[in-house]
Amino acid sequence: MQRSLQAAGPFSTLRLLFDRPASGPVTPPQKFAITQFRSNRRNWPLVSLRALRIAGRKREFENAGSQRTWRMVASLQGEQSMIRKLSTGAFGALFADIAAADWAINMPKGVTELSAETYEIHMLIFWWCVAIAVVVFGAMIYSLIYHRKSKGVEPAKFSHSMTAEVIWTAIPVVILLIMAVPSAELMIKLEDTRDPDMTIVATGYQWKWHYDYQGEGVAFYSTLARPSVEARRRGSGIDPKSVDNYLLEVDNRLVVPKDAKIRLLLTSNDVLHAWWVPDLAIKKDAIPGFVNETWFRATQTGVFRGQCAELCGMDHGYMPIVVEVIEPEAFDAWLENEKGGAATIAAVGGE
Amino acid sequence: MGSAVADAHADHDHHGPEKGWRRWLYATNHKDIGTMYLLFSLLMFFLGGGMALIIRSELFTPGLQFVDPAFFNQMTTMHALIMVFGAVMPAFVGLANWMIPMMIGAPDMALPRMNNWSFWILPVAFGLLASTLFMPGGAPASGWTMYPPLVLQTGDAFPFLIFSVHLMGLSSIMGAINVIVTIINMRAPDMSLLKMPMFVWTWLITAYLLIAVMPVLAGAVTMLLTDQFFGTSFFLAAGGGDPVMFQHIFWFFGHPEVYIMILPAFGVVSEIIPTFSRKPLFGHDSMVYAASCIAFLSFIVWAHHMFTTGMPLTGQLFFMFATMLIAVPTGVKVFNWTATMWRGAMTFETPMLFSLGFLFMFTIGGFSGLMLAIAPADIQYHDSYFVVAHFHYVLVPGSIFALMAAAYYWLPKWTGHYYNEKLGKLHFWLSTIFVNVTFFPMHFLGLAGMPRRIPDYSTQFADFNAIASVGAIGFGFSQLLFVYVLFQCVRKKGGVATAEVWDSPQGLEWTVPSPAPFHTFETPPRVTSGAAFS
Repeated sequence: MQRSLQAAGPFSTLRLLFDRPASGPVTPPQKFAITQFRSNRRNWPLVSLRALRIAGRKREFENAGSQRTWRMVASLQGEQSMIRKLSTGAFGALFADIAAADWAINMPKGVTELSAETYEIHMLIFWWCVAIAVVVFGAMIYSLIYHRKSKGVEPAKFSHSMTAEVIWTAIPVVILLIMAVPSAELMIKLEDTRDPDMTIVATGYQWKWHYDYQGEGVAFYSTLARPSVEARRRGSGIDPKSVDNYLLEVDNRLVVPKDAKIRLLLTSNDVLHAWWVPDLAIKKDAIPGFVNETWFRATQTGVFRGQCAELCGMDHGYMPIVVEVIEPEAFDAWLENEKGGAATIAAVGGE
Repeated sequence: MGSAVADAHADHDHHGPEKGWRRWLYATNHKDIGTMYLLFSLLMFFLGGGMALIIRSELFTPGLQFVDPAFFNQMTTMHALIMVFGAVMPAFVGLANWMIPMMIGAPDMALPRMNNWSFWILPVAFGLLASTLFMPGGAPASGWTMYPPLVLQTGDAFPFLIFSVHLMGLSSIMGAINVIVTIINMRAPDMSLLKMPMFVWTWLITAYLLIAVMPVLAGAVTMLLTDQFFGTSFFLAAGGGDPVMFQHIFWFFGHPEVYIMILPAFGVVSEIIPTFSRKPLFGHDSMVYAASCIAFLSFIVWAHHMFTTGMPLTGQLFFMFATMLIAVPTGVKVFNWTATMWRGAMTFETPMLFSLGFLFMFTIGGFSGLMLAIAPADIQYHDSYFVVAHFHYVLVPGSIFALMAAAYYWLPKWTGHYYNEKLGKLHFWLSTIFVNVTFFPMHFLGLAGMPRRIPDYSTQFADFNAIASVGAIGFGFSQLLFVYVLFQCVRKKGGVATAEVWDSPQGLEWTVPSPAPFHTFETPPRVTSGAAFS
């Protein structure tokens, strides 16, 4: 069944031609199971779930200085919602104010290996640009200060120099090569969707997401959370700042286990959408009639937020994505619970 | 042939331009048509700018205050279409009309009647486009990129959108043909191609780009039209089509389009910096080769707009490497402008200030462009405010600043009077400050995770959005100062300009009196030395 969901696109034939061969025979992705999952894990610490969650929360706090405050808030609220409790207390409001005063100016390092590498590449190119800017703008500014008529200078007559042209053609080429190598390496890793631990199909609708945990019989829609829906209308009289995670909260989150390689298959039911969660460094278009694939492996628990990133009509700004990464045991429990829920619904529907 | 042209025009001179509306509606004179292009683009600049202010007002704080999401999307779409096709492109065509014949020593454009037509199509095209604002379902709201299937959800406006794009394309193609024919056939006898001024060169290359890609755009929108009304399925997966194919076709037009909007700006700056540095342009020939190289590369990088569409890895790598290559010729241009200023004797009149603003801020846009070229990082930047910041840096302090520089530079030649230098400089400084206040914070917003084209946003984006909105309103109102300066200059409030206008500028346009007479170079001028045009 999953074989038929080949990633397709305008170059799907080309893709088949050029895809790197898998190391062995290509096996269909394994169904998610806790045993399988454990065998893939590295450094599985023999500590209780509770201790892990406390440690996770502590780390969130420690990172708060360098990371965005709102993510810490998000993580705390995520724990509350795990037990399906809406966070409406004064606690949430307090942090909402802090979040509103936040001045995030850079790409998040994120919570996957590849999001960290993406951040590194971004910073590498950024610092190269700064270095070039210092040289180029330095020369310009020096010239602006010293080579002005009011200083009584006599203009020079030179108008060309082959040597100079060759130098400032060659040096950028070298710099670009230095940039290109790690970029290409990372690109190859980003596209390596082989051997996932589980596969989730995300389908874009105007204007919500539908998630289907492949082979688990668990599927649900994920739409903008009620408090945001009420506050977003023109003249609602509700201050967005009073709503927790305004426009970045959903009714049903995409729950995934920590440290598992999650393959995401993306498609759409109507127009183009794009699935973007900055902390996972994933952005991929959901295209009607085609299936795109991407993957992530979150190394931290927490709640990570994103939005649809491809203009999809009137309510494009109102179809957030919320991913909740939890410990594997907790995930198993969650999945069992969801299956029960689905079974109940099926039973009710059958009557 | 030269004397025949001269005779024909000498005959004209007795009665000069027609009086009243006939002069403009029936215009065949390159200067009149140039003026109409420039004024039309200024009008569109304010129309598109007004829409930008609606967008920025709505984005001032979180929550919806003024407009509904559907109208917001109409504003972003119309703002882009009007600014790209109505403001920037016609403004450069206006400059081409005015200046190319005067720079190459030709009496007029080669095809004056087609010239008239290519201008008068534009008000019709934009009239059609603007009328969609009042139609059921409103104006197009699918972004200027018109991606299907979303664009097929457009209401009654849909065929009007397609037809107006067809008309804009028609106008551009005819304008481009005119430019090419003029430059190839009507240069002064001794002006070889490599002696041509840089503005003429960049326009020649731009014109070829236009002819190459405008038909592609016309084809893409025609396929949309038949998908909508005639049962085809070019872009509909249900009928065997591919929505992503539209993106490939669109960006095959769209990326050269970017250079259509910036190459003439390179030309303008290459004219102005030497004048105010009192030193010839450094590396004239390598500038020509760099511009040609950019034009070639622009055809093989289109899919860098599509890194998230699910291309195969090899495709992504190819388009990443090809895009990075563009940094090389672009770098050469920036270095050559710097070398032109080096050991010159600079003064800082308004045209020079705008050119320097261009040089610094376009380079910033170039840096963010290089960052965007890096495919793995682009996964994060794509469709975020980082992209918005990038293309506004290359278009506003890039193309628009170059246009402002050109206007101030040649205004005394056009009107015979100087503009108010003090107000011009004030206009520059206000524009520079506000343009940075507007667009610099957008880099931060994008990196922090704000997608583009959203009418409302989460509260952690509030502060930078508020700053950007203040900057936008400041920038918008600063441009009224330009209109005032223009008005004053046209009303002959400034000092009388000499033929040279500036301190020994190079080029044939400075050998004719100011204001430039209705007919110039009825007999071709003698080009004495190559150096004069480098």
